[in-house]
Amino acid sequence: MAETQMVARHIPDRLEGRGARLVKSWETLLVAVALAIFLVNSLASPYFLDPWNLSDATFNFTEKAMIAFAMALVIISGEIDLSVASIIALTSTAMGYAVQLGFDTPALVMVGLATGLLCGAFNGLLVTGLGLPSIVVTIGTMSLFRGLSFVILGDKAFTGYPESFSWFGQGYVWWVFSFELCLFVVLAVIYGVVLHRTSFGRTVYAIGNNQTAALFSGVRVGRVKFVLFLLTGLMAAIASICLTARLGSTRPSIAMGWELEVVTMVVLGGVNILGGSGTIPGVVLAALIMGMVTFGFGLLNVPGIVMSIFIGLLLISVIALPILYRRFRGRRSH
Amino acid sequence: MKLLLKNREMLLVVAIAALVALIALRFPPFVTPGNLANVYNDTSILIILALGQMAVILTRCIDLSMAANLALSGMVAAMINAAMPGLPIPLVILTAMALGAILGSINGLLVWKLDIPPIVVTLGTLTIYRGLIFLLSGGAWINAHQMSDAFKALPRAAVLGFPLLSWLSLVIIGIMVVVMRRTPLGRAFFAVGGNPHAAVYTGIDVGRTRFFAYCLSGTLAGLSGYLWVSRYAVAYVDIAAGFELDIIAACVIGGISIAGGIGSVGGALLGALFLGVIKNALPVINISPFAQMAISGMVIIIAVAVNARAEKRKGRVILRKAEAVHG
Repeated sequence: MAETQMVARHIPDRLEGRGARLVKSWETLLVAVALAIFLVNSLASPYFLDPWNLSDATFNFTEKAMIAFAMALVIISGEIDLSVASIIALTSTAMGYAVQLGFDTPALVMVGLATGLLCGAFNGLLVTGLGLPSIVVTIGTMSLFRGLSFVILGDKAFTGYPESFSWFGQGYVWWVFSFELCLFVVLAVIYGVVLHRTSFGRTVYAIGNNQTAALFSGVRVGRVKFVLFLLTGLMAAIASICLTARLGSTRPSIAMGWELEVVTMVVLGGVNILGGSGTIPGVVLAALIMGMVTFGFGLLNVPGIVMSIFIGLLLISVIALPILYRRFRGRRSH
Repeated sequence: MKLLLKNREMLLVVAIAALVALIALRFPPFVTPGNLANVYNDTSILIILALGQMAVILTRCIDLSMAANLALSGMVAAMINAAMPGLPIPLVILTAMALGAILGSINGLLVWKLDIPPIVVTLGTLTIYRGLIFLLSGGAWINAHQMSDAFKALPRAAVLGFPLLSWLSLVIIGIMVVVMRRTPLGRAFFAVGGNPHAAVYTGIDVGRTRFFAYCLSGTLAGLSGYLWVSRYAVAYVDIAAGFELDIIAACVIGGISIAGGIGSVGGALLGALFLGVIKNALPVINISPFAQMAISGMVIIIAVAVNARAEKRKGRVILRKAEAVHG
């Protein structure tokens, strides 16, 4: 993975040439996929188009997508964070512990956010301070954070969250628009602006494209990366607050395996796993697609694990198809 | 002493010896030869898998699908055995290995022919292979009583006082040492990981070498699938779930650089043994099973930090700061 600087980018974020008229960009491709799945879903079940039904469907992706926004930035910068699901578990455990001590909702939220930030800071310190590869560091902290939750919880579960706390996972802001959905939209806008409209966003791309060049042009590479790991920690904490509030309980196995789903979402959204390119609208579309696939298969009574075959195939094919297409076009033009 | 610390394998041997000595202080029976042989036997499957992962990581790739491959091959082996108990066991094992090789070659082909980043490919195939197990088995378990006695007995069969499973892992270590040190393919793994561009100029096909690395890891995963299923006498969708990260952790602890090109069979072996000793010793010295995950996480981080320090190469003065950030 260290060859990022030398080898040409594998994943095109824009298709060029004659195909451009047909498929203008990665995002257009994703919109087409999303529309197709939407159509199939609405034909497959008469209940799909019910607004409350669609609203429920959003819970399939909102929490993961919140993390995916921060993960997208981390991956664009050329790093990865595999510990996010374990941060959810540890954050949820910390909040559960605080509940036992009699904390109220505002204090619970503070405890949650602080735990997430601490975890993120720990990852960030190891990656930037000691210069360790993030994939290995976060494999380690993944067991460490999850392990700490097991140490605190044992085989028990924390319950008894206050009524007002459950609003974060079950409350509605207006009509069918849940708090989680609104938060997802707000965060999408914030991350979109930060990545695509600020100098901070540009430095993230710069680091991902050529870290050494970025360093010599005065970018504080270490500091930016540290902030990015803080952000994934923070977003995992926010997702944890929503998830814990929605489930109403904390178990050490909470959000097991989410790290791979979040990474899948980001890559499906067109973010280059090797760093340097990707967009927030792409991630939003990928989140919608994954959420709708999950929900559609649920309506058709397809077990979750079979759905994962589809997500895996979608991930590989959506990345392979443009490469095959370009190769095919290249051969014909000779 | 300085020489000792510079050699990663020696450092690991010292660390394992220190660990065993510490455990012996609290629980002397742990260091009896019989028990240590048990610990080795317990770690055998992890060793075999780590050797496969080592080949892949050496070429600057990664195989996240190994545990899923193991589970699928193991499930197929168990299903064949349950359906046809009369079929000779070696044939079942060969089938599992062939299936593993095919699954590995799918990864390899996607990486080689389509240039998709390895982490994306194996992330995708990881979920696909797990899903396939469900499609095949319908989510049902295959239990001990559905498997033939010969199927379950083979890894346990004692040869010269040791279980066949231990012997098998020793044989594979031997084969891997020869492959890595004495064959063009083994040298190609190092060359491709050390500098892919230089490898091309020396006439090595980078893509094909990576393909073979994936075939190797797939074959070993297939074999481990049979071993796992027969040893624990049960097959279900979630066997070895999350084990892919243990395998990578063993490699990383063993000093195999995630950036490719650096590592050895001895390192992978010792890395796996280190994890195996910890996993076996913690329950013995009365550390709660809940703390084990946290401790192995800590161990991985410390091992990586130590290794990274040993790995730092001296660069030109002007680039030293840049390389410090690169790690």
